[in-house]
Amino acid sequence: MSKRKRLINSLLVILLSFLTALFISPIAIVLMNSFKGQFYISAEPFKLPSPDTFVGLQNYISGVQKINFFSALGYSLFITVFSVLAILLFTSMAAWYLVRVQTRATKTLYYLLVFSMIVPFQMVMFTMSKVANVLHLENPVGIVLLYLGFGAGLSVFMFYGFIRSIPLAIEEAAEIDGCTPPQRFFYVIMPILKPIAVTVAVLNAMWIWNDYLLPLLVIGSKYRTIPVAVQYLQGGYGSRDMGALMAMLVLAIVPIILFYAFMQKHIIRGVVAGAVKG
Amino acid sequence: MQKSLKKYFWLFLLPTIIAFIIAFLVPFVMGVGLSFTEFTTVTDARFVGLSNYMRVFANSDFLNAFWFTAKFTIVSVLSVNLLAFILALLLTRGLRGTNFFRTAFFMPNLIGGIVLGYIWQLIINGILASQGVDLTYHAQYGFWGLVVLMNWQMIGYMMIIYVAGLQNIPHELHEVAAIDGANGWQTLKSITLPLVMPSITICTFLTLSNSFKMFDQNYALTAGAPGKQTQMLALDIYQTFYGSIGQEGVGQAKAVLFFILVALIALLQMRLTRRREAEI
Repeated sequence: MSKRKRLINSLLVILLSFLTALFISPIAIVLMNSFKGQFYISAEPFKLPSPDTFVGLQNYISGVQKINFFSALGYSLFITVFSVLAILLFTSMAAWYLVRVQTRATKTLYYLLVFSMIVPFQMVMFTMSKVANVLHLENPVGIVLLYLGFGAGLSVFMFYGFIRSIPLAIEEAAEIDGCTPPQRFFYVIMPILKPIAVTVAVLNAMWIWNDYLLPLLVIGSKYRTIPVAVQYLQGGYGSRDMGALMAMLVLAIVPIILFYAFMQKHIIRGVVAGAVKG
Repeated sequence: MQKSLKKYFWLFLLPTIIAFIIAFLVPFVMGVGLSFTEFTTVTDARFVGLSNYMRVFANSDFLNAFWFTAKFTIVSVLSVNLLAFILALLLTRGLRGTNFFRTAFFMPNLIGGIVLGYIWQLIINGILASQGVDLTYHAQYGFWGLVVLMNWQMIGYMMIIYVAGLQNIPHELHEVAAIDGANGWQTLKSITLPLVMPSITICTFLTLSNSFKMFDQNYALTAGAPGKQTQMLALDIYQTFYGSIGQEGVGQAKAVLFFILVALIALLQMRLTRRREAEI
């Protein structure tokens, strides 16, 4: 490597480090402000806490109490985990059936599912919450069914594309060995689906964990997930407690960063694969 | 094999079909139908023909939201993709710390829109405080605030896709170009750009549809203030349903129009991608 090129590369690394610091700074500023008294935040958000403005964990304590943060965390976890599991299991089963049984009915269903991918949530938000109300789905279990139904389009589409590339010979061999269709799916096909299942899981988990409108409209009056709780803290009180808001923003981000730290490779790979397909 | 499988229809297909009917098909058909009626609770719907669609344009809210959304979308698509592409070029040169940089730039994408909105509200209001104003003072502030927020959220995501595209270019092509005496700009223009065209299409449409459908960030950052001047389409629909009285039919008509716009974007994308795949 020439001297000039090495110099340029060092300068680029410095530039990128600077940009990264800039990119991370909004989160750092929120973290910093979460330790300041609520009246010192809006006016001077870029000042470090001083002995006068430092309040320790007080914002965290009042925020956690105001929005009942840990129950919100519980609902968010419950809804995300069970929705993703339901989507993984049922849409992979459906996709396999749709690939292997090609009739006019299954083709129609497949096109309807693909069609649902391009429909924005606003189109169905009012009627969906009415339907959910009539069927008594306004609880953390019922909402799992809604996520399965509304997320089915993308997930079936992705599994479908993957399953089509699996050679039929593998299944025929299993059938000759005496496997029933369910055994064929659960013992032979499912293990092969692992890479695409990770992608589907990542995409759905990111959507459901951060989703705001659907949980607000369907279960928001009784059960608040984290995004709904954060918005509630902002809009639900007469005067706005900036300290509590900062602390809750930090607590809302922490689980995401932890998840990212452990699943980084899967997340990035899943997001790239998902983008190329959808 | 089909025959033995068909017996298991109820096991493999039924759960997804039931959920799909409840969460999508019925609400969708009802939504289209209700846009031609006046209603408050669905059961009291009364057919009114196209009058809801006329009432969408009775005041300028929807059109204002449309123009605001369109301007925001154009600026976001251009800025996000340009910056993400430059970053991707920098992060495929084998520099030290490349992995760390990619990880850091991607991270904001994982944070939800509501939380992102409040993070940037703090920062932008903090900057504007020196002038004695805040985000709600002028629609321009809200507009550029949303653009900055969108860039922060999407750049890392698009960068990752561009990186994947750039890494697919065979290394020999660059070597050949260098031997032929091409300079950096010529290589970029004649080799890199044509070969990452598929990534450019994907990223353009991803930013396009994400910007056009944006709701959470808009709701948290400005909630439309000042007045309704920074209200995007999705937020306008939401406010028509839940922020006003007796407008449900109009809200549903707006939602149908919104769906048609989003569907047109998706169809355009499909046609463009199909055609190119055929060429390859």
